[in-house]
Amino acid sequence: MTDPILSARGLVKRYGRVTAMDGADFDLYPGEILAVIGDNGAGKSSLIKALSGAVRPDEGEIRLGGEKISFDSPLDARKSGIETVYQTLALSPALSISDNMFMGREIRKPGVMGKWFRMLDKPAMDEFARQKLSELGLMTIQNIGQPVETLSGGQRQGVAVARAAAFGSRVIILDEPTAALGVKESRRVLDLIQDVRSRGIPIVLISHNMPHVFEVADRIHIHRLGRRLCTIDPKEHSMSDAVAYMTGAKLPEGLAA
Amino acid sequence: MSDTPDPVVERNANDKVASFDHRHRRPLDRVQHFLHQYPTMVPVIVLVLSLIAFGLISPNFFSAFNLSLILQQVAVVGTLAAAQSLVILTAGIDLSVGAVMVLISVVMGQLAVNFGVPVPLAILAGLICGAATGGLNGLLVTRLKLPPFITTLGTWNIFLALNYYVSGRETLRSQTLDAEAPMLKFFGERFNLGGAVLTYGVILMLVVFAVLYYALYKTAWGRRVYAVGDDPESAGLAGIQTRQVLMSVYVVAGVICALAAWSSIGRVGSISPTSFFEANLESITAVVIGGISLFGGRGSILGPLIGALIVGVFNSGLRLAGVDVLWQLFATGWLIILAVAIDQWIRKVSS
Repeated sequence: MTDPILSARGLVKRYGRVTAMDGADFDLYPGEILAVIGDNGAGKSSLIKALSGAVRPDEGEIRLGGEKISFDSPLDARKSGIETVYQTLALSPALSISDNMFMGREIRKPGVMGKWFRMLDKPAMDEFARQKLSELGLMTIQNIGQPVETLSGGQRQGVAVARAAAFGSRVIILDEPTAALGVKESRRVLDLIQDVRSRGIPIVLISHNMPHVFEVADRIHIHRLGRRLCTIDPKEHSMSDAVAYMTGAKLPEGLAA
Repeated sequence: MSDTPDPVVERNANDKVASFDHRHRRPLDRVQHFLHQYPTMVPVIVLVLSLIAFGLISPNFFSAFNLSLILQQVAVVGTLAAAQSLVILTAGIDLSVGAVMVLISVVMGQLAVNFGVPVPLAILAGLICGAATGGLNGLLVTRLKLPPFITTLGTWNIFLALNYYVSGRETLRSQTLDAEAPMLKFFGERFNLGGAVLTYGVILMLVVFAVLYYALYKTAWGRRVYAVGDDPESAGLAGIQTRQVLMSVYVVAGVICALAAWSSIGRVGSISPTSFFEANLESITAVVIGGISLFGGRGSILGPLIGALIVGVFNSGLRLAGVDVLWQLFATGWLIILAVAIDQWIRKVSS
């Protein structure tokens, strides 16, 4: 097996007397969709926050492409090529699709206008945004200058995923991407996730929706009591097995105490 | 939870991936969407209609002289409204702009007249003080996380007190300024432009708006100001240093207030610590009528310029028509309410 692109060993995070992560391990391999599931309070979000730079673990190490890394902020993680699509999407509703895609990393015009007058290269930004949306099959958004708030929930999710895919050169983390969506829109977002994966970018998918997880994931990381319980292959396990492992009703084979 | 695979799993290869339908729209929805896209159209329409109405009522209204007089009258409050707009775009409000303006005009005047500082240096010192006042507001809002309304209510009083302290409650007379610091009155100087009489203060106001327009729409800073005003948490997660952006907004607003202070000296002719007492609220009025949302992140920077002109046109038109001054206030009041009501309606598009 190839080496993991993103891995963590023995992560510990304490909040006062609460231990959110208790020696958590994590492995993401190139080109796969890894789902992370776990009961509420199992420490999923702490794990994800540590990987995306929003939280500094107290102990343990994270490696990206074999190199040891430590992030002070989500910006550091972004600079290393790890993009996160938050559950809230982190889009500015009143701004255009193109403005949102480039928020925080705008392109300036070349030459004097860009250097001295800090002028944005809007045509280049619009062109790039349109190209990225088209790559993900979001062609029907005709007007790249349209404010994000005029889009439907699924379209907004699409824009957020496109933004992550456009800049997330190494890993994309999706936090509950279908939680707020209807059946039809969830369907499209799942297709979108598979499109991103088919372009070679590995994805970490956090979700509570078992059918969605079992549909798209290559492997499922089950988190329990602050650490990784096991990783299962969705083709060899059923949803009820996964839920049983997750809640502690059943122990996976090989781990039986 | 069942073991059978979900029926949706089978993916139809012919399905067009992630395409979305457009909702059908009624005519009123179209208007709403149009205004949502171009929020400045509301004040533009109001301005055009009021120009036509007052032009029909009083024949003198449309003279180049009268129209240019309106521009002169709104120059100071208009410049101040530019500063106010920046703060309101970040979902804040700056109650201290008027006090800052008067304080800075007093600082410039005192330094130049009573402390013998060369006038250009006195003006520079005024601009720096303006930046400092904005910096203080910005620090309180970003570091202590105080609501802008309360912060600037406090600094309004503080700046007003400093203003009385620095000025010693004395007015610097026009003759004194003419003799010792004529440059302070530069923005009050008039010039003819084909029947219209403009002041350099009018030009200053237009330049300030033009520069802000460029900065807000053509630079990354401007896009970030809108993003921070729109949804600060999202902007932060998207990688924006929201505190830096807010800080820069308050400092720039302070500098614009200082420019308005210089302009106000020319407009009034003298420097009085008790002048422009209502400038705060007049600037907010211009911004609101100009269609900038008090909830932040929405509206065009050119709106407040038009908002200030609308107030000027109403005042001039009603006066020419021989109407009692109280009706100017009455009309302005209804304009504010109308503007906010329309803003609320437009914002419903997003739901």
